[in-house]
Amino acid sequence: MSAASQSDTPFAISTIMPPSKEPVVQVKKLWSAFKTAGRMAIVHKDLDLTIESGDLLSIVGGSGSGKTVLLRQILGLEQPARGEVTVLGKPAARLGDKGAASRVGMLFQHGALFSAFTVLENIAFPLRELKTLPDALVRDAALVKLQMVGLGPAQAHKMPADLSGGMIKRVALARALIMDPPLLLLDEPTAGLDPDSADAFCALLRSLHRELGLTVVMVTHDLDTLFELSTKVAVLADRHVVVCAAPRDVIAYPHPFIHDFFLGERGQRSMELLREYPFAV
Amino acid sequence: MANHPDPKHRHTMEETSPRLTLQPDTDGAQVQLLGRWTAARLADPAAWASIQETLAAAAPPVSTAWRWDLQGVERLDHTGAQLLWNAWGRQWPAHVALSPPQRAILERVARFTVEPPAPQKRGAWGLFLLLGSMVLLVTDHLVDVTRLLGQLVLDLRRLIGTPRDGPWRDVSGHLFNIGARALPITALVGFLIGVVLAYLMSQQLRQFGADAFIVNIMGIALIRELGPLLAAILIAGRSGSSITAQIGVMRVTEELDAMRVMGIAHGFRLVLPRAMAMAVAMPLISVWTTLAALLGGMLAADLTIGVTPAFFVEMLPKVTQVSNLTLAVGKSVVFGVLIALIGCHYGLRVKPNTESLGHGTTASVVTSITVVILVDALFAVVFKNVGI
Repeated sequence: MSAASQSDTPFAISTIMPPSKEPVVQVKKLWSAFKTAGRMAIVHKDLDLTIESGDLLSIVGGSGSGKTVLLRQILGLEQPARGEVTVLGKPAARLGDKGAASRVGMLFQHGALFSAFTVLENIAFPLRELKTLPDALVRDAALVKLQMVGLGPAQAHKMPADLSGGMIKRVALARALIMDPPLLLLDEPTAGLDPDSADAFCALLRSLHRELGLTVVMVTHDLDTLFELSTKVAVLADRHVVVCAAPRDVIAYPHPFIHDFFLGERGQRSMELLREYPFAV
Repeated sequence: MANHPDPKHRHTMEETSPRLTLQPDTDGAQVQLLGRWTAARLADPAAWASIQETLAAAAPPVSTAWRWDLQGVERLDHTGAQLLWNAWGRQWPAHVALSPPQRAILERVARFTVEPPAPQKRGAWGLFLLLGSMVLLVTDHLVDVTRLLGQLVLDLRRLIGTPRDGPWRDVSGHLFNIGARALPITALVGFLIGVVLAYLMSQQLRQFGADAFIVNIMGIALIRELGPLLAAILIAGRSGSSITAQIGVMRVTEELDAMRVMGIAHGFRLVLPRAMAMAVAMPLISVWTTLAALLGGMLAADLTIGVTPAFFVEMLPKVTQVSNLTLAVGKSVVFGVLIALIGCHYGLRVKPNTESLGHGTTASVVTSITVVILVDALFAVVFKNVGI
């Protein structure tokens, strides 16, 4: 079989994904409570959420509705008061065991790059920690990831302090993807980026989602990002997931929060702008 | 090629570990890859060693002629693809059987594999420039400290003009943290040093029958030199570092910028209260440490050579002039202000990242201890005729 005969399908869903029928993330009857000013504040009450393999799911909700808390519970960084969170068939609390980077990648809101390391060392860190793979291979793999997120090899030796906000997010994304985890979590991926960078970052995320067959969960407030990327939207309100469906169906769902969030003044205004200046946005 | 084992039936760790089989035939070899070629699995030392052994024999002119069969690979990630691509000498072998998704990954790896940019090397000119930048850095530090000192003087004048507007709450807070909280540790260290010193001295003095001179030695050494110096070194380590870390974290979290935007001067609200608290606390702690050391020395002298505490207390004022104490207190005020200034200086220079914060804190402690000892030597030379 020759090398040239199979090049007609450049971007198919890859085999990185484990072929499994069970959901990637399953949250059952979750309760979260925090002690604030001496009394318990219940953030989640009997929250259920199922994320299927290959979904690109956005979690939306008002301030303090516990979006980031939910994300941290999926990562196993916080323990729920009641209920269970299962990620890739295992309890979320055990996600942080050895080799976690090959199961889940997380893009923190401010990147969380290690400021003592260069860009390349940051990306290569999880691979290097395996201690077996030779430096040359680790470096090559990190350089590939650096270019996959749209940065040139010239950036490899820069320090995180010398990078712009958009570049920090890209490097952090490359680091999250270094071991090709099947699940990627994003906390406000476009917050703090200018519109051009945000658009470019969205395009990058969409192409990576398609090419690598990732399951992506993100928390975002940005309506543009939401509609551009999501295959599903989960709305957090009244301490549980009100609806989790395709964006079109979510907008049609009758709930006061959804009405305000998507069809409120801000949504209307951006739609009006779209109508007035069709080429400006 | 179609009859490779069905991946669904392989479950155990051994069966999913990455491996390759090599079957030589007439014109080269048939290589079959099996298992999960992912970073986590490849990092298993046993699997890695056996793969390396086989791949080592597959240096490029050979490997391109071999027939590679990847269809038995259960999972291939970018690290595994990179390993293969490097083993192939970064070119496609003539015969390779793989699935479209595997090809997509390998093509992406092929597209993005580049020679890493070389880290910048330093020639002779580079070293010369490095030397220059170091000189400039030292100058920059000196200019900064001078500016800080000048600002402190201006702030003090402003405070004397309008004492009601002073940051008095901050001053009292720092006074408590720097002064009161440091009392136990300074007393303990002072006491122990006093014991050690008296014990060593008494051994020597006994040989000359000059037992009584222990009071002279302890009095001059502890009151004039060791008390203030010990206290200053302890406070530099304890409070100098904390000042740098506090102000440094304020830089990292942009609190310093927030203050500036509100029109609140860093010098008046951050440097002045700390310098004032240090200037007040340092001489008090110095006297406190000296007292603890004298107590330790007194007890050790009683136990080793029988110089009674009563004799010690009676002789101390006679053999030690009061000017020693005045000098010690004056020195301590200077030490305190220096430690506060150096702590603030390094804190304000911290850049908004964690490494710079750690670096600044270390530099602050090392510099303040060095400067304290230098200034102490200066005092010893200038006041050599006072009190002895």
